[in-house]
Amino acid sequence: MATHSHDKKNPYHESNRSDADNQALDDRVNKMEALLLEKGLVAKDALDKLADIYENDLGPMNGAKVVARAWVDPEYKKRLLEDATSAIAELGFGGLQGEHMVVVENTPEVHNVVVCTLCSCYPWPVLGLPPAWYKSFAYRSKVVIEPREVLAEFGTEIPDDVEVRVWDSSAEIRYLVLPERPAGTENLGEEELAALIERDAMIGVTKVAA
Amino acid sequence: MNNIHDMGGFTQFGPIPRESDEPVFHADWERKVFAMNIASLAFLGPVDRARHAVERMSTVEYLNSSYYERWLRGIEIMGKDLGYLTDEEIAAGKEINHKDMPHPPPDANMIEGLARGGVPATRDDGRQNPIFNVGDRVRVKLVETKGHNRATNYVKGKVGVITKLNGSHILPDAHAHDLGENAQPLYSVRFEAQTLWGENVTRKDCVYIDLWEDYLEPA
Repeated sequence: MATHSHDKKNPYHESNRSDADNQALDDRVNKMEALLLEKGLVAKDALDKLADIYENDLGPMNGAKVVARAWVDPEYKKRLLEDATSAIAELGFGGLQGEHMVVVENTPEVHNVVVCTLCSCYPWPVLGLPPAWYKSFAYRSKVVIEPREVLAEFGTEIPDDVEVRVWDSSAEIRYLVLPERPAGTENLGEEELAALIERDAMIGVTKVAA
Repeated sequence: MNNIHDMGGFTQFGPIPRESDEPVFHADWERKVFAMNIASLAFLGPVDRARHAVERMSTVEYLNSSYYERWLRGIEIMGKDLGYLTDEEIAAGKEINHKDMPHPPPDANMIEGLARGGVPATRDDGRQNPIFNVGDRVRVKLVETKGHNRATNYVKGKVGVITKLNGSHILPDAHAHDLGENAQPLYSVRFEAQTLWGENVTRKDCVYIDLWEDYLEPA
């Protein structure tokens, strides 16, 4: 698997596990699954359904539709910034870890970036499950104290006169960044715009490029 | 609880490990742990208990575990705490001591309803009438907490400004420990980088964090 990591020895990162480690975890997890099924703590069809929903149904394409709609429809954007949960529900998205949504808008004066320093809370209905980097100790620990250095790791330079706001998701409120619409996209339709909007821009570590 | 999960403000964990074309799950066992964790919350939950279980891991084990390894440990911890599982059963992967379950596990339809419908944390019958208003200066109380708590160390004792009232939310400190919901006003609070990290900080940064009313005092 391709990786940008410069720290291949980092033992706690998913992509650095050995086959033996994965085999040991496989065995441990299979035992736990068998035990929970036998005890009646979980049902097999429920496990399959969960994997299916979070692997196939939910992902950043949902958030991209929300952002694209906000870019083309000023009334929608207004509703989104006032009551994100309801505005996102208008597009059919909602549920676990998206019960209380807040959308924060990037402007020429303010750049927003989202983290959960305590665990890895993330808005599942609009972005899916979080990438490994969002859950990494490096990101969780550093972005609150050195956000500009973290953003630079993603190739994002923020001018000194722009305020960087870091949103630490310590409660059940989940944050989505509304990125700035890039110049040169005036003639694009909603679907074409949505195709430009990547996950990382909605977490706030990158900007949307035209 | 003071442990390494509360890691906001450290700077030396190294470069952020990024992958291109990252899969949702890196191995089949991750997929299974994710699904088991969510599905078993019907018995092992609420989610506050699940978060606290992970926080209770030994510091060294926490740092040496990946995300879903910590979730797996969380299932073990909660299962044992609540009397559903024993170490012997976990090692064997089969039931040794039978325990009658209070109800059947959620099936696929119920689980889909949970995933699509969510579990709101707000309460209409919780404590309303916030004692702070937007613009008020507040200090995060310095309180020793042995149980679950969601005020990060990096804001404790620090002064911020209320920017938003978010309604009445379940207090995780109570909910994680079967002490009821104690729903109360939740505030968005803004802290300047200079307040958090030092008077010599000149960059124009700030952190917004959500804090329950019981965490705060007037400043």
